Amino acid sequence: MTTHDKIEGAISIRKVTKIYDPEGARVMAMKDCSFEMGAGEFTIIVGPSGCGKTTLLNAIAGFDTITSGEILLDGDTISSSLKQIKPNVDRMVVFQNGALFPWKTVIENITYGPVVQDRMKKSAAAELAKGMLHQVGLGEIGDKYPEELSSGVQRRVEILRALINQPKVVMLDEPFRGLDAVAKTVMHEFLMEVFCASPRTMFFITHDLDEAIFLGHKVVIMTTRPAQVKKIVPVALPWPREHHIMNSREYLELKQEVLEAVHEEAKKAFEAGERELA
Amino acid sequence: MAVSNGNSVMSKGNFGEVRLEGVTKIYEKEGVSHPVLQDCMLHIPKGKLTVLMGPSGCGKTVLVNLIAGYERPTSGRVLIDDTGVAGPGPDRLVVFQETALFPWMTVYSNVVFGCSVQGTPKKAIKEKAELILKKVGLYEFRDKYPSQLSGGMQRRAELARAMINDPKIMILDEPFRGLDAMTRQLMQEFYVGLFEEVGRTNLFITHEIDEAIFLADRLIIMTYQPGRVKAEIEIDLPRPREFHLLASPRFMEIREQAIDLLYEEAAKAFSSGSKAAYDLVGALVAQKGACKPTCTPR
Repeated sequence: MTTHDKIEGAISIRKVTKIYDPEGARVMAMKDCSFEMGAGEFTIIVGPSGCGKTTLLNAIAGFDTITSGEILLDGDTISSSLKQIKPNVDRMVVFQNGALFPWKTVIENITYGPVVQDRMKKSAAAELAKGMLHQVGLGEIGDKYPEELSSGVQRRVEILRALINQPKVVMLDEPFRGLDAVAKTVMHEFLMEVFCASPRTMFFITHDLDEAIFLGHKVVIMTTRPAQVKKIVPVALPWPREHHIMNSREYLELKQEVLEAVHEEAKKAFEAGERELA
Repeated sequence: MAVSNGNSVMSKGNFGEVRLEGVTKIYEKEGVSHPVLQDCMLHIPKGKLTVLMGPSGCGKTVLVNLIAGYERPTSGRVLIDDTGVAGPGPDRLVVFQETALFPWMTVYSNVVFGCSVQGTPKKAIKEKAELILKKVGLYEFRDKYPSQLSGGMQRRAELARAMINDPKIMILDEPFRGLDAMTRQLMQEFYVGLFEEVGRTNLFITHEIDEAIFLADRLIIMTYQPGRVKAEIEIDLPRPREFHLLASPRFMEIREQAIDLLYEEAAKAFSSGSKAAYDLVGALVAQKGACKPTCTPR
């Protein structure tokens, strides 16, 4: 992986509204949601469960349409009520656990996309994949099958599988959910390393506020459904980051700010949920 | 300190303490013995919230089973208020991971079920149940069935069902597992508020480090196979606990200390071939200098 001379992948989300209408129920998932992600910026999305974060990810990835508004990638419209650019390797989604082919080795998994799409020769792709694995301290596992690996290592392989395509935008939907604090620490270290080696626009959904502040250039806090931006907290901590920054005053102040906003929305969502059931 | 006030639903003062003295539990499998707990010494003090953490396979669930009386130790003693545990009893109640509410009963019937079969007078049950249902915010929902409730409400019904029996010791084995992160945080606040009001002896098992520190008076970290107490950390965060504490310097300090201890045990689990601990391979390699570390947990 080499650093691009010019990093691409700026995303503009402009007044995006999404209404799901199963059997006339008209569920408004997003309403007039607007914010910017700079090229090469690590953007974290937090918000209550079911607030519409994944809806936004699907819209950027091209998996789903939007009802109104516009999404732009480097100035070009990729989604609006009029058009929808199909999913493409310039916008890669890393799925939650379990999307590796169990019958293929780690190297075969990582190289599968570019090889079947004829973008890379098999041998060249395998060399590249080996180099990527080596760089992150996983040089030994290239010929193993997914079931031989722990879930944490599987998740790292899934991220490498996305990165081999050199996407402009990488989207991750709670990629480390279910891992314990120690395993997460290892994952953050891994992500920090691959990001620093080759910065690109990251769209990262999480519920873990420490993860959010530790990894993000900025944290976008969403409201309860319909999703809108409640607050954007820029994280001006130096890169690359090490875990002991979590004890710094700057870090704790940021965490307090994010915690407060998220907690307020979580409570609203919770109370609304109870009202619905009553 | 747990503060109790005059409005408490439950009787106070009749709380138990638990002691494990040199407890060993060995399972035999195909002629090979596996010591799950070895020489485990543990004290769960009266009226405190003790949280237990440790890597998978450290014997946490066995420990719960021994204290609850579902299993007997191979050697050593499990004592409740200086009396040996002979079997399950109403003085100890376990709240399990997955919801164990009876799906064919309303919330109210679920909550009063234990008391009814024990023959407590109906009127007394009703009064107590209504108080507890109000306390957990389910009074309006008392005639609903479990499937009509959200995950967070189901867990609160479980808590109500345990509390109505006034156990001397409440054992909670990952009670909030499976809830989404935000609901979980709200449930932790709710649960810790109940604890602070009543001050019962609580043993709480979890995998979540933030949950552990947020709730605990004392945090106990277990070693990897065979399980014993590796470290005890006094959590001196002020009570009542509220969410702002999660971003306090003291919280983060304790968190770092606990992660260090857990990391040591996870590393041991790794070197003994546990697949779960394979996650650490990256960190271990990084420490040996095979690749450039940007940060290491230790």
